[in-house]
Amino acid sequence: MTEHAVTMTTAIAVENVGKQFVLRHTRSLKEALMWLIRGRRGDISRKFDALKDVSLRVEEGETVALLGLNGSGKSTLLKLISGVLQPDGGSVRTRGRVAGLIEVGAGFHHDLSGRDNVYLNGAILGMTEKQIDAMFDSIVEFSEIGEFIDTEVKFYSSGMYLRLAFSIAVHTDPEVFLIDEILAVGDEPFQRKCIAKIKELADAGKTLFVVSHDLDLVSTVCERGVLLEHGRVVMDGEVHDVVAELRRRSVAAS
Amino acid sequence: MTASPAADPEAGLTAPGRGGGLKDVYRNRFLLKLLVRKEVRVRYRGSALGIVWSYMKPGLQFLVFYVALGLFLNVQGSTPNYPIYLFAGIILVNFFTEALGNATRSIVGNRDLIRKIYLPRELFPVASVWVSGVHFLPQVLILIVVCLFFGWVPTLGSIAAIIGAFVIVAVLAVGLGLFFGAINVYFRDSENLVDLLIMMVTWASPVLYLWSQVDRVLGPAFWVYQLNPMTVGVEVFHWAFWRPTLDGAQLASPAAATVPGLFTIWFPLAAVVTLVMLALGQWVFARLSVKFAQEL
Repeated sequence: MTEHAVTMTTAIAVENVGKQFVLRHTRSLKEALMWLIRGRRGDISRKFDALKDVSLRVEEGETVALLGLNGSGKSTLLKLISGVLQPDGGSVRTRGRVAGLIEVGAGFHHDLSGRDNVYLNGAILGMTEKQIDAMFDSIVEFSEIGEFIDTEVKFYSSGMYLRLAFSIAVHTDPEVFLIDEILAVGDEPFQRKCIAKIKELADAGKTLFVVSHDLDLVSTVCERGVLLEHGRVVMDGEVHDVVAELRRRSVAAS
Repeated sequence: MTASPAADPEAGLTAPGRGGGLKDVYRNRFLLKLLVRKEVRVRYRGSALGIVWSYMKPGLQFLVFYVALGLFLNVQGSTPNYPIYLFAGIILVNFFTEALGNATRSIVGNRDLIRKIYLPRELFPVASVWVSGVHFLPQVLILIVVCLFFGWVPTLGSIAAIIGAFVIVAVLAVGLGLFFGAINVYFRDSENLVDLLIMMVTWASPVLYLWSQVDRVLGPAFWVYQLNPMTVGVEVFHWAFWRPTLDGAQLASPAAATVPGLFTIWFPLAAVVTLVMLALGQWVFARLSVKFAQEL
């Protein structure tokens, strides 16, 4: 499909994956016991399928956009690939470290300085002490935080906060780079910088797996598109074709 | 990218988010170190007394028990150097209760992180126990200074015993913390149950009274009392810290006697009980942690 595919090394293998969520109503032992004593009568919970029989194979160096309307299961699939969630059926396998721009800033602590947060967040994203040491100056430079790096992050503006978080994430250098909503970050110049950085990663042969609602942007970053609808893969192909199909479907739906 | 086209394209794929239990904690010890450092720095942020609060609880407990039991009930009449006896037990119990309580709440408390990013979840209970260990250390130093003042001479044996007892209590806290922390995700009753346990721990071990008083009441069932690793830990602390501060006449009194077989029977048994608890805790944790992200 692309010039990268000649390496033929699978980076992400998703096979017949199903994921069901249980909306549990009860939170106490008493209620659960009463439910058991009454012979499991009544519905203690409601279930819905977030993903149904999803299969997907991503080769090393591919840039894949995961597309779909809200509630189509994109985030669930991303969480399965990152390992936060485990599938109920089928299997998810990845090669090497999987990280990236997912939940940027999760794991930041407001009472710690920018410097401490770089180390803490870097380690949370799977970097070693040496890697963080080596990347530290580059992280600070990219974030444009400058001298405020030793200030507690609770005094940062929301823009500074996100810039630092993004900068750490973009420097984690995992084998598989997951990206959830690229453009949620900072002002326009910084956004341009981020996009340039992501394109740089793509050109360097990184495996990218992107979830975004910005269809024009993903068309420029990614080569392949995968369209999800109600938890199923309905289309998998060249990104412009898939974006066109999504646009057609969303017009039809409205 | 270096793989040749002939190689199996699927070789080397692994399932993400499948933890290797406590081994993963060792593998991520740098992250553990940072989590502990964060916890230590952040806990008393914004409070005027800061780290002093860590000593308020054991300090006040000591004072209350000493006045009520030592003076009013005159336990110190029958137990020589009762303040040292009391303090040695209180700090160990306090370490355990703080560690267990925080470990139990650690998974729910870090829900924002657990729901978003995968990292070995065992890190959180282990970090909680470690933080309690950091707070425990200065209390031991106070105890050591007091004991030295009362003529305590440490021996290789007593230092080894102290470390051994501490390790057993710490591992027990990790095991129970994994167990109750995992269950707490599904049923918040878990932390209330742990609060009850914590309330009982001080009384279920010979912290305020002597083991011989329990032996007199329980008789042939005394071994049940001794099965509690916490009890053995406290008895070892008394043996190592308190007993050497007594003089010849005091040592001859029945109050100073050590449980028979403390190091030949009870200490090894406590280690076994603790390891069983750890295995159980890890087993339950491994089973339940698969669904932490969606249950929180």
